[in-house]
Amino acid sequence: MPVTKIFSGETYRIQVLDESGNADPQLEPRLSNELLERMYRTMSLCRVFDRKAIALQRQGRMYTYAPVEGQEAVQVPAAMAIGPADYSFPSYREAAFYIARGAPLNKLFEYFMGWEAGQEAPKESRDAGVSIPVGSQTAHAPGAAYAVKLRKGKELAITFFGDGASSQGDFHEALNFAAIYSLPAIFLCSNNQYAISTPRKIQTASASIAQKALAYGMDGIQVDGMDPLAVHLAVSEAAKKAREGKGPTLIEAICYRFGPHTTADDPNKYREPAEAQEWRKLDWPARFQKYLSAKGIWTPEYGQKISEDATKEIEAAVASAEQFRDDPLTMFDYVYNKPTGHTLEQRKELEDEIAKRKAAGLMR
Amino acid sequence: MATLSMIQAINQAMLQEMERDPSVVLLGEDVGHEGGVFRATDGLQAKFGKERVIDTPLAEENIIATSVGMAAAGLRPIAEIQFSGFLHLAFDHLVNHAARMYWRTRGRWQMPIVVRTPAQGGIRALEHHSESMETFFTHTPGLKCVMPSNPYDAKGLLVASIRDGNPVIFLEPTRLYRSAKGEVPEGLYEVPLGVAKVVQEGRHATVISYGGPMKACIDASAKAREKGIECEVIDLRSLSPLDETNEVAKSVMKTGRLVVVHEAPRTLGIASEIMARVNEKAFTSLQAPMKRVTGFDVQFPLARFEDYFVPDSFRVLSAIEETAGY
Repeated sequence: MPVTKIFSGETYRIQVLDESGNADPQLEPRLSNELLERMYRTMSLCRVFDRKAIALQRQGRMYTYAPVEGQEAVQVPAAMAIGPADYSFPSYREAAFYIARGAPLNKLFEYFMGWEAGQEAPKESRDAGVSIPVGSQTAHAPGAAYAVKLRKGKELAITFFGDGASSQGDFHEALNFAAIYSLPAIFLCSNNQYAISTPRKIQTASASIAQKALAYGMDGIQVDGMDPLAVHLAVSEAAKKAREGKGPTLIEAICYRFGPHTTADDPNKYREPAEAQEWRKLDWPARFQKYLSAKGIWTPEYGQKISEDATKEIEAAVASAEQFRDDPLTMFDYVYNKPTGHTLEQRKELEDEIAKRKAAGLMR
Repeated sequence: MATLSMIQAINQAMLQEMERDPSVVLLGEDVGHEGGVFRATDGLQAKFGKERVIDTPLAEENIIATSVGMAAAGLRPIAEIQFSGFLHLAFDHLVNHAARMYWRTRGRWQMPIVVRTPAQGGIRALEHHSESMETFFTHTPGLKCVMPSNPYDAKGLLVASIRDGNPVIFLEPTRLYRSAKGEVPEGLYEVPLGVAKVVQEGRHATVISYGGPMKACIDASAKAREKGIECEVIDLRSLSPLDETNEVAKSVMKTGRLVVVHEAPRTLGIASEIMARVNEKAFTSLQAPMKRVTGFDVQFPLARFEDYFVPDSFRVLSAIEETAGY
């Protein structure tokens, strides 16, 4: 038979909470009330963080920031579906993930206030620092997953990226490597519809990003990224599979970037406000509140308390970050693991220059 | 002549070259309706259509690789890379193909590609948005590399780069996009690649730079003049080819003293090459050790320490005084 079918595949989408917050009885993950509350509290905290960060930038108290609003239900449940020893390789729009992983809020603010020391994390942290070249971090996850596999560990590596990143070679190379060696890796795409001004349809002619997994011989699934339960379910299943040695998973979480690409961007140039209003109907707070209310967790008073606590916590972190000062000579501290003679010479040069400026009353 | 900002001069150069030559096309991330993140390509898609002003998928390597194919088949692509730090992603196609296709085809295929990208610091940006990467490109045979410091040179160098027929890395100092303003002729003109410009004459010391730090050099030179030190200030403008008319050596023969200023990290930076050439061509004229004022050999600092990295007029003036007092 000269013509034979060599491949066919299907890609599915899952949604646990419908638009009104009712859970699908078959798919509903039976999460503990403690976890549900922690998830809601953290997502609420992230939204307050995000809005505060934008406000600080607008007031000239912070530098460029990449807003997260609309993507909290991807990042927070994902962080809560993996373990503390798992490796992560986030992009630059993952403040909510870092917060859910326990990153000190004042450090995050320090980073966006332009302090290099804001990049510090506890020594035991397995979360990579913010990766800005789009998509590049996706290719680090298979490397970390390979290392885990080689030492017969049970950890996994997860990487976060956007729809734009799915156009980069690194993304395709990463899926390919991870699938060939059946690595414990999770590729979590936050498809927020835009790469700055460029809509998803200019990134790919495929009907979905999830289906790209099929071509590499691995599993891919699409989830409603504004549904925290769907994201938690998908990441939990991918994590279980990874730990059982059954290979990587690509998850495409459909969400919307309500804010600008960064505080340096004006989205009104390339999209209609009406579009955001449509997506707002799917935003997680109302849906998740409805679900938690049915569980007897959420009440308007409970929501109010969470929101007030979040505001207090954020204000305290901002106050701390705004007090932070550091010595410019620290710019030489992390160039190499041990400073070279050359580095030390230049450090001395800057030290002398600063003294000279101070003496001349020209300290900047 | 109209007074334009550097970004307006760059926009005008592309617009007029696209009107003149239908083989010129633009491609890059957000260059179409958005007009680029700095608005360098503002209005060009509306004027020339989506076929000539192409919004690409987010893939820097692909933007340059596609440009190589376009150039091979007779187009003159102008590729925009959103920030210079992201040009690293495209290094393979720049170095292994764009720089080599003419050589590999024994001259059959020219590579008339211009790669425009914002460069240098001063805008308090996040990581990868402030790099000075010229050394990588000037070290690669087959690539040309220019960096204007003012709107007039920006337009003339860009026109010359589009017409050059070789791949040209066109580095645009981000902090000058709107801050640098100057008179720019309405019509098309070329500033030839490889020709440095004496922007200020003087007899006591030669101060060389290009791009963003030119302002610090001019300011430092004005302060030195108040102290009786007359500096000759030279803007290299083009880094590869570099100073083909030997303006640097000629100046050093006159002044006997040299300060080279660049924002890029020090090791093997442009200053190293300038000083080596002066050693070869004007050694006997030197009256003091040559000095360089550069960025440090560190990762470009985040916003708070940026000013301690980028050479300013204080640092340049200190070097001028040291060489003059030797």
